[in-house]
Amino acid sequence: MLYREAGQFKSTYAQDQQIFPIRQDRIAIALLLVFAFVAVPLIGDQYWLSALITPFLIFALAALGLNILTGYAGQLSLGTAAFMAVGAFMTYNFVLRLPWLGIIPSMILAGLCAAAVGIVFGLPSLRIKGFYLAVATLACQFFVLWALQRFPWFTNHSSSGVITAQQIVIFGVAFDTPAEKYLFTLAVVVVMALLAKNLMRSETGRAFMAVRDMDVAASVVGIPMMQTKLLAFAISSFYCGVAGALHAFCYLGTVEPEAYTLDLSFRILFMIIIGGVGSILGSFLGAAFITLFPIFLNIASGWLSHALGVEFSHAAVSNLELIIFGGLIIFFLIAEPNGLARLWQITKEKLRLWPFPH
Amino acid sequence: MKRSTLAIAAVALAAAAAPVAAQNEQFIPANFYWVGPYAPGGSGFGGGMIDYFAMLNERDGGINGVKLTWEKCETEYRNDRGVECYERSKKKGPTGATVVHPLSTGITYSLIDKATADKIPVISMGYGRTDAADGRVFPYVFPLITTYWSQATVMIKYMGEKAGGMDKLKGQKIALVYHDSAYGKEPIPVLTDMAKQYGYEFTPIAVPHPGNEQQSQWLQVRQLRPDWVILWGWGVMNPTALKAAAKVGYSREKIIGVWWSGAEEDVIPAGDAAKGYVAAGFNLPGTNFPVMQDVLKHVYKKGKGDLEDMARVGSIYHTRGIVAGIITTEAIRNAQNRFGKGKPITGEQMRWGIENLNIDDKRLKELGATNLMQPLKVSCMDHEGGGAVKFLKWDGRKWNVITDWMQPDRKLVRDKVEASAAQYAKEKGITPRDCSKEK
Repeated sequence: MLYREAGQFKSTYAQDQQIFPIRQDRIAIALLLVFAFVAVPLIGDQYWLSALITPFLIFALAALGLNILTGYAGQLSLGTAAFMAVGAFMTYNFVLRLPWLGIIPSMILAGLCAAAVGIVFGLPSLRIKGFYLAVATLACQFFVLWALQRFPWFTNHSSSGVITAQQIVIFGVAFDTPAEKYLFTLAVVVVMALLAKNLMRSETGRAFMAVRDMDVAASVVGIPMMQTKLLAFAISSFYCGVAGALHAFCYLGTVEPEAYTLDLSFRILFMIIIGGVGSILGSFLGAAFITLFPIFLNIASGWLSHALGVEFSHAAVSNLELIIFGGLIIFFLIAEPNGLARLWQITKEKLRLWPFPH
Repeated sequence: MKRSTLAIAAVALAAAAAPVAAQNEQFIPANFYWVGPYAPGGSGFGGGMIDYFAMLNERDGGINGVKLTWEKCETEYRNDRGVECYERSKKKGPTGATVVHPLSTGITYSLIDKATADKIPVISMGYGRTDAADGRVFPYVFPLITTYWSQATVMIKYMGEKAGGMDKLKGQKIALVYHDSAYGKEPIPVLTDMAKQYGYEFTPIAVPHPGNEQQSQWLQVRQLRPDWVILWGWGVMNPTALKAAAKVGYSREKIIGVWWSGAEEDVIPAGDAAKGYVAAGFNLPGTNFPVMQDVLKHVYKKGKGDLEDMARVGSIYHTRGIVAGIITTEAIRNAQNRFGKGKPITGEQMRWGIENLNIDDKRLKELGATNLMQPLKVSCMDHEGGGAVKFLKWDGRKWNVITDWMQPDRKLVRDKVEASAAQYAKEKGITPRDCSKEK
């Protein structure tokens, strides 16, 4: 009843090409942004901000990066965590060695470094496809970690191979508290998500999707295969690199290369599979599901044992959490193979008809 | 009907979610791990600490009448989950989290900044950042009892003794088979420096995480024919290493394990391949200590023990957890003596309690923990407090102590700690405290 575009007429091309063509959507997004920028830092306590929402945003950005590559351009990759590691370690090195540069240019440069690594390891995509490409990107995962562990320059000769992120200072303003770090992360993620959304609506984005849907046909209609695939790798790695930088600087503070193992790459891949392959919103939904849901299960089991007055064996509960989580992943994949983003889309379509479905 | 059930459930959940905090309680988070490849370490250590707290509550009614409370949180040995557990637990109880035992070198690293800002001490007992032993730069971090660097010097000392004098080490070959992580790399600088001092040839050999495949590493060992191999493993890597050593025919008596490679869980899966293997330890196993008898009597006899498998009571990890419990509660007692007996203390007061902790032989005897652990004296300058290590040998059924407490090369370790801490302070812009001004 409320959610209906009847009466909203488009009279210019600009109006027709808006990201959110329905007025209610625009209002909802604006409210959401105001809520995220103003209300969340005010009402969120430290636990919520630094342990739940900030990591959620960072992983959403990494998932977004992978989604550009896998979801839109159709190139399967298992090197996401490695690109994040490049971003984290290079940002540290830029801030350390070129302190006059400032944090944001350092992050951008680090993202470009990740993009360069992405291009190099994207070269096999010109010849191989699908699962074989995934195996080729595995090499990237292992090579990057190996390099970070073997060359002490990357960690500034730290004996244990860890880096401690420097303070974030922009124009003399320090971002120290969880709320400030959250705002910084949020700003970066919002800008980059907006860029990604627009990129996917542009010629480049359409070229990506053409390559994904059928690369032979795409090359026949004149889409340069090499340029498009490598560009997808570069943009995706750039996003992952910035996510890695945020992960080190706004979330963990001190990181070792082992934080970016294959396990993390898989987790980000699961995020886009659960959330929705080829969807910006899906990256956020998937990240929320994978990062927040296990914690929710953990807390909920505590409530349950309080409510029932029984003390569960903690080892059993911890294992049960993993079982429930795995079960739910399977459930969602069967119920909606296109991910949570598709479920959301269906909900919206139903809402338009509500309360008078045909 | 259905709606009313739901409503009741919701009310019950809401009521359960906010239990009324009793005022005379001291809250200590139990953020350990009960799942994953490292679960034996996490559940054993966590179980020991909780058992000791439960024993004090049962036997003495807490500390001067202040009951100890705790809450388990699963970290899965992952940094992000560890941070999440820390953030979740830090505001619990009347005075917040008293102290955190991260039980993971990675999580310890991630918590240093956060805990210092929140004024909650971090005890990284036998793991974590070695240079945190310099309390001037790391006021809230306590790598208590002994650090990796101390241990590495003791290992070399042990080898020297076996060779018949430190000068006999000249020309010998020592290999380090290590877990390729921050934890595994920690001893390399000290072992390299000592190689220059004593003239042995040092070869580090990395084993990628998780270490269930070590064929090539042990072939390398066989080609190298080292006089000693130091095993710096964790979890599944340890039994695999011992089995691989047996396969290539390298004598297990020549393998010296770090204390995280020296528990029952590390050798039993290797079976006969583990016989004769020597490992370092800063706590001894067994249930003969009076304190362990008390734990059995007041906790396990009443069915309140944390470990489900009785065979694990008194194992290395379990008594290590007991030692963690002793240190934690002694520091709380110490802080109460200064800031008010019978009242819960804050994290800041706890920091004072740990920094001025002095557990001497007499106190150890009162605690019933003589020989379970070494005497401990912490100060503002020295956040390590002990440093000594005993060596244990596995005979196929149990660990036998083969040395007395062996002291580390304090000067070498201290110099390196101060240099490394100074570099950290410079990178982070920290002004070290002046210890003469601390009261």
